[in-house]
Parts: sequence; structure tokens; C-alpha cells
Amino acid sequence: MDSNEATTSESVSKKKGKTKKVKRKVKHDEAPVQEMEQAEGEETEKKSESGPCFPPTFSVSEIKNKQRRHSMFLKLKEEKRKAPPKEVPKTIENQRIYDETTVNPEDEEVAFDEGTDEFSAYFNRLTNPKVLITTSDRPRGRTVRFCEQLATVIPHAHVYYRRGLALKRVIPQCVSRGFTYLMVINEDRKVPNGLVLCHLPDGPTAHFKVSNVRLRKEMKRRGKDPTEHVPEVILNNFTTRLGHSIGRMFAALFPHDPQFVGRQVATFHNQRDFIFFRFHRYIFKNEKKVGIQELGPRFTLKLRSLQKGTFDSKFGEYEWVHKRHEMDSSRRKFHL
Amino acid sequence: MQHDDVIWDLIGNKSFCSYKVKTKTQQFCRNEYNITGLCNRSSCPLANSQYATVREEKGLCYLYMKVIERAAFPARMWEKVKLDRNYAKALEQIDENLIYWPRFIRHKCKQRLTKITQYLIRIRKLTLKRQRKLVPLSRKVERREKRREEKALIAAQLENAIEKELLDRLKQGTYGDIYNFPIHAFDKAMEKQEEDTESEEEEEEDEEESGTREFVAEDEFEESDLSDFEGSSDEEEDDEEVSSEEEETEEELEEEKTKAKSKGKAPLKGPIRKKRAYVEIEYEQETEPAQKSKAT
Repeated sequence: MDSNEATTSESVSKKKGKTKKVKRKVKHDEAPVQEMEQAEGEETEKKSESGPCFPPTFSVSEIKNKQRRHSMFLKLKEEKRKAPPKEVPKTIENQRIYDETTVNPEDEEVAFDEGTDEFSAYFNRLTNPKVLITTSDRPRGRTVRFCEQLATVIPHAHVYYRRGLALKRVIPQCVSRGFTYLMVINEDRKVPNGLVLCHLPDGPTAHFKVSNVRLRKEMKRRGKDPTEHVPEVILNNFTTRLGHSIGRMFAALFPHDPQFVGRQVATFHNQRDFIFFRFHRYIFKNEKKVGIQELGPRFTLKLRSLQKGTFDSKFGEYEWVHKRHEMDSSRRKFHL
Repeated sequence: MQHDDVIWDLIGNKSFCSYKVKTKTQQFCRNEYNITGLCNRSSCPLANSQYATVREEKGLCYLYMKVIERAAFPARMWEKVKLDRNYAKALEQIDENLIYWPRFIRHKCKQRLTKITQYLIRIRKLTLKRQRKLVPLSRKVERREKRREEKALIAAQLENAIEKELLDRLKQGTYGDIYNFPIHAFDKAMEKQEEDTESEEEEEEDEEESGTREFVAEDEFEESDLSDFEGSSDEEEDDEEVSSEEEETEEELEEEKTKAKSKGKAPLKGPIRKKRAYVEIEYEQETEPAQKSKAT
């Protein structure tokens, strides 16, 4: 009977939480007490599993009950033995400051804007792209070759020599001849360093800085020359509104229906405000592997300004201008 | 009075003059009022008391004449006459003002006027054309941009991104029937179908479980427990035990059968069955095979 009383008293004290004088009594009444404890241990485990409601200064060694302390310790050890969850490394893309103009795919306003902007004619299949490529005055060999290679990459592209013409006079002529895009490659010290891309029937004008131009003969392990097939287009990472409009601008350079027979793909990949252009030929080895071979020229672009309307540097209305002091101050802030 | 010769001796050939610029073949005069720009006895504005020039200021030409009487006041020494914009009229004006002056000065003034008008015309023409704007580059900024570009290129992992995009397009089926790799897609479709059927069957089982009656079998009681009861109950228990054993064996067979049937389809049925502690009593009827698969 004493043992019974002891067990009842122990059970009561255990149910309250922390116990005090349990050790000796536990040794005496092991069998029934064990069962009780196991049952209660399960309850406590369940309670602990339901929610870690321990006070913050709790440690396993503070539990007076040896059995329970032992079980808690074993649990802790097992958790530690399991591999800690792999930490996600911080990258600049992870830490990027959230841009409030990031486009939500279901955004109606964006969809409406895109339905009515200057590229809507292209995306509604009303016009076919026709590109005029030219340079600044007196281009040197490298720029000329770059223009030629661009013309092979972009279908329906024509290269014209500049001859000192003013762009403002060139534009109405282009419009009258049915061009949809005007591309001017600026040259400095025998190397192309700028690109002005102007969508013609009064479309936006984008001015880019061009760098790291690699012509076809400088490519390692390149394939044969690109064929006349219409390539596919890949646009990666154009998230914000500005990025979206630039992406559409690039997309409208190419005709609508790519010829998959040609197996060529042109990629515009945006990473940290740098747009990398690549031109590949791909081949599917099986359904899980694809091989790509780089063909055409490669270059990187960085957007300097986006102007509404055709090229007019003095009186144009600029949608976006890269301001170095404001925009380059943070390493985690990107605009495209 | 000004002694021109003396002045020329002092500053002229092979002497020092602060406006003089000496080169190998020639000497130039940097004086702003000099008409020809060379250092000569006839061109030196300091060593000639009768001197005139044509100078241009903001697109307008002026005829400057030296008034030697005011040599003591150098600031007021030069008289300025505005010339007409019309070239011919300007020439006449020069002739008018420099009448009775030495031929040399008159001729040189007209020559200078001609040159000035020519270059002014050229300026006006060039401003109408496009002009090359030189934008200064900051070396620090350029270096920074270059470095960032390199890092962005590494972070972009272009080949992987392109390959991934192409494979996604293949899976989505934008390429249509060009590529004959339908197996993977077919397998996926099959799996999807299986999952759908499994979920349906699970739902059916749950519904039926709630409806069916659960009978607790008497088999689970051990004989030792039953030893307390004596008498007529023994026989009944024996019969029940025997019958229940038979039913058990039947059920085991049925379980195996259904397991064999449902090998490929519903692996989930097994664990669900094992969790049940009770056994359902079934009747031996030949029409049951369809029911059995559902009930179990």
C-alpha cells in the first residue's frame, strides 16, 4: 500500500512538471512505475512534439527525473547526429533588393499595357520584323565584320553603310521603306562599344553599352555558319517592368515562327543588369540531354537609357536613364 | 615720338622679345594684334607706328588701327571699327579706313579678313551637321563594370540555363512531333494515371470503412483467459475457434490473392490493411471476388 501511495504521489507530482524526490522511490517500484513513466513520458514527448514550450534557459541537465532526463538527452543526441540542414549560401541574386516594379505574371495592368504598347502590333502578328543595321561614321574592320555577322544571325536584316547621314533623316526613310527596327552600332577606337536600337514606327529607343564582342572566328569550338532558318529566342531573367519592355524589344527583332528544323537558338540572358547574347545550335541527344554548340557572335549589353519615341537625344522623353551615382551605389540593386 | 628702328633693333632679329617664338626655320610673333603672325620688321606691331589688323570676336570682324599719338596710353591705343557682315562691303570698308596707308598693311588686312570669313562659314556648316560628342570615361568606373560583368557571366551559367530552357520546351511540347522521345512523357503520363486511380480507390475504401460493421474476432483471446469459463461455453468456443480459424485461413488466402492482383497498382493497400487490428467475417460465396477486392 505504501508503494501504491508513493506511486500515486509521484504520478501527481510528475503530471505537474518537474519532480523532486523521485530517485529513491523509482528504484524501489520500478516495474509499475516504469509503465506509468513510460505512459507519462509519451505524454510529455507528445507535448514537446506538439510545441517546444520550454523556457529559453532550459537545458536537459535540469530535469531531475533520471529516466526522463535520459530520454530527453538521447533525443537531443539523435537530432544532433542527423546532418544539420544544408544552409543555403547567400548569393547576390538571393540578396537582391526587392524591386517594386517586378512583374507578377497575372498582373492585369501589365497585360493591358502590353496589349496596347508599341510592340502590340508585332505580338498580334500584324507586322514582320525587318531590321536595318548600320554603324557610326567611318567604321573600322572589326565593326564592319560584326555588323555582317549580326545580319546573318538576325533574319531579314540589311546592313547599310552610314556615309555621314543624320539619323533623324534616316529614320523617316526607313519607315517609308517598311523597316521595323534600326540598329546603330557605335564605334570607338576600332571596336564596337555602343548600340542604339530603335523601334521604327515611333517606338522606343534603347541605348546600350556593348562590351566583350567576340566575332565568329574568335570562338572556340564553334560550328559552321548559321543557316538561313529562323532561330528560336530565349529571354531569361527579365523580371521588372523595365526588363519586360526590353525583353519584348529583343523578342520583336525576330520573326514569330521559329523554324525548328534549323535547331538554332538566340539567347538574351539578363544577369545583374548585364544582358548576355549568345547564338547556339542545339541537338537533343535524348529526352534528358541536349548538346549545344556556339555559333555566332557573342556580346554583352548594358542598358544606358530607354527613350520613348524614335531617336532624339536632345528633345526626347526618357523613360529610364542610368544615373551612376544613384543607381550604382548599392551592389544588390538591379533594375532589369 | 616712336623710334621704330630703335625698337626693332632692340627686340627684332636675334634680340629678345617676349612675344617671339623661335623655331628652326622661322620666328613667330605671339602678339594678338599681329597681322601675319610672323616676326618681321613689317609685321611687328611694336616696331611699326602705323599698324592695323583685322580680328574676329564672336563671329563679327573688327578692324583695329593703331593710333600712335596715344602711345602713352596703351589701353586706348587701338581703335576698333566694326566691319560689315557682307564680305564685299567689309573689303570696301577696309579700303575706306586704310586709305593712304601702306599697301602691305592693306593687303594683309584683306587677306586676313578673307581667311576669317572662310573659317566662320565652315564653323556654321559644321554645326549644322552631326557632331561627334566625346564622352569622358572614368577609368575606375570602367574597371568596376568590367569586373562586375565577369562575375555576372560566371553567375549566369549560360550553358546550363540554355540547356534547361531547351529541355523545358521539349517537355512542354513546343517542338511538336519532330523529336521521337515520347517515352519519358509517356511514362510520366502513365504514372499520373496510376496515381489518380490510387487516390480514387483510397477514397472508396474510406467510404466503405465507415459503413461496414466491425466485428471483433474472438480469436485474439488466448485459451488461458478462456480457462476460467467452464461448461457449455467450451464447446461453443471450440466451434467458434475452429470456424474462426478457417475464416482466418480463408482470409489470408484472399489477402494474398488480392495482394497478387494489386501488385502493380496499389501498393498502398498493403500497409492500410496491416494497420487494422480486426478481421472481417466473410461468407463463402462465389459471386464475391468483385466485392472482396473492394471490401479489403
